Amino acid sequence: MIRLERGRVVFSAGTPLENVALADIDLEIPRGQFVSVIGSNGAGKSTLLNALSGEAPLAGGRVLIDQTDVTTWPASKRAQLVSRVFQDPMLGTCEGLTIEENLAIAAARGGARRPTLALGRGRRAEFREQLAQLGLGLENRLGDRMGLLSGGQRQAVSLLMATLRPAKILLLDEHTAALDPRMSDFVLNLTHRLVEQQQLTTLMVTHSMRQALDFGSRTVMLHEGKIALDVAGAERAALGVDDLVDRFARVRDESLDSDALLLS
Amino acid sequence: MSLVAALGALEIGLVYGLVAIGVFISFRVLNFPDLTVDGSFPLGAAVAAAGILGGIDPFSATLLAVAAGGLAGLVTAFLNIRFGILHLLASILTMTALYSINLRIMGSPNLAIIMEPTVISPFELFGLSGGTIKPIFGFVVVVGAGALVAWYLLTDSGLGMRAAGANPRMARAQGVPTAAMTYFGMALSNALVAFGGALFAQMNGFADITMGTGTIVVGLAAVIAGEAILRPKGIVMAIVACILGSVLYRFAVQFALNAEFIGMNPGDLNLLTAVLVTIALILPGARNPVKALMKKRGSGAPS
Repeated sequence: MIRLERGRVVFSAGTPLENVALADIDLEIPRGQFVSVIGSNGAGKSTLLNALSGEAPLAGGRVLIDQTDVTTWPASKRAQLVSRVFQDPMLGTCEGLTIEENLAIAAARGGARRPTLALGRGRRAEFREQLAQLGLGLENRLGDRMGLLSGGQRQAVSLLMATLRPAKILLLDEHTAALDPRMSDFVLNLTHRLVEQQQLTTLMVTHSMRQALDFGSRTVMLHEGKIALDVAGAERAALGVDDLVDRFARVRDESLDSDALLLS
Repeated sequence: MSLVAALGALEIGLVYGLVAIGVFISFRVLNFPDLTVDGSFPLGAAVAAAGILGGIDPFSATLLAVAAGGLAGLVTAFLNIRFGILHLLASILTMTALYSINLRIMGSPNLAIIMEPTVISPFELFGLSGGTIKPIFGFVVVVGAGALVAWYLLTDSGLGMRAAGANPRMARAQGVPTAAMTYFGMALSNALVAFGGALFAQMNGFADITMGTGTIVVGLAAVIAGEAILRPKGIVMAIVACILGSVLYRFAVQFALNAEFIGMNPGDLNLLTAVLVTIALILPGARNPVKALMKKRGSGAPS
């Protein structure tokens, strides 16, 4: 179970540009739940992910993973419990290293990085098997540089790397936004398959209302660093994309109204 | 070029191979432009020479020199990571401080150890002349060190270091402690450079306060030349390229100095090196400056 308690993240604190990206958010994700997160630009979606992964330090509140308080853990330490896929396919992998070297880096996540040779017969066989299930023919290109792959292929490998070792939560940061529609579908289906296979607790940020409703069992809408909508079960099942867009607009208008009130 | 001159070039080229491997670790693996080496090379020479003159056996003195170099690398990394000082500036600060420290260690601007025992002395008993034994010794040492570095960079820990340099955000997301990796890599890099300085002093019989000037440029020249010629794909070939580049660079220098029709003297060396490295860096596709140079010429002026 993942719990964010009164999570607060502030950028440029104490300056005129001070920006409260997360305003004391409470969020609890039970084991095995798939949560989709939507919201406009600057709503705090990426900050929420960064707060959970440890990239954005909390100004207040705490993060609990299975009762362990990880608030003060740096990102590299939290990686033993948290895995993630970035929006930018270039960010999730090292282009100068080979496919197998990238996978080896991911295979050591959560363990001690010992000075023992990273690539032996055992690991290569494991990687080949894992890559084969992508159906992209990458299992025959273990020694190729990552930079030779297309963005979609790299994102598929990133996803594989994130799920290669167990994690308490998988964070997906608009991981299909930079891909063409065909590759985006491919990566989404792969996501679905891997999450089902491993019963992963997942938080997926997306720009697409359709994706937000199609995937997972719960949808959270963020607005100005707060949770504006949190639906699951029957209520969510009854929602269509239009309803969601309506709600989205209403939330935004409400905040505009209060601004107008302030200014008048 | 006489045989003696060729052996001399080979010997210096091999010793500077250690510098090239060090520069490869900071510039290429860690992505950390580090000028500390201009101070850590003479630091290694100073510690080794002062140690030997102080009565320490040459092997322990060399080990001390290596440790001192590692410490210098840690200082630069500390300034950068802990206080956020730009890496280039942090390394210049350490380099500047090392000038005074090296003077303190040596007690004078130069030390002669030509009559003292060195790490090479035990091997001179085999009946080979100094001119032959030194290149062989240099070869064994630089290949040994290169093999160790290449092996390390292929381990789980070493892959973590390469990820930390190439893509720190991804590295952290995969659980690599990027700061610790930078500390270790910078220590390793400068330890190798100081090792080179310690050997250089013992092979040539002196340590001098000015011997570090331009070390970084020579090291970079070796790395770039090696990359241009071998176009290495894997880490093992990249290390081989550093050593090869260093030796070839020395031969090129020796040739330029010997060819009287060019009319160069040893003082022109730094200018020549700087020009060479600059050309390599500004040409598009600097990874292969030779090829890029040819292409430019071919597509440019009519022949």
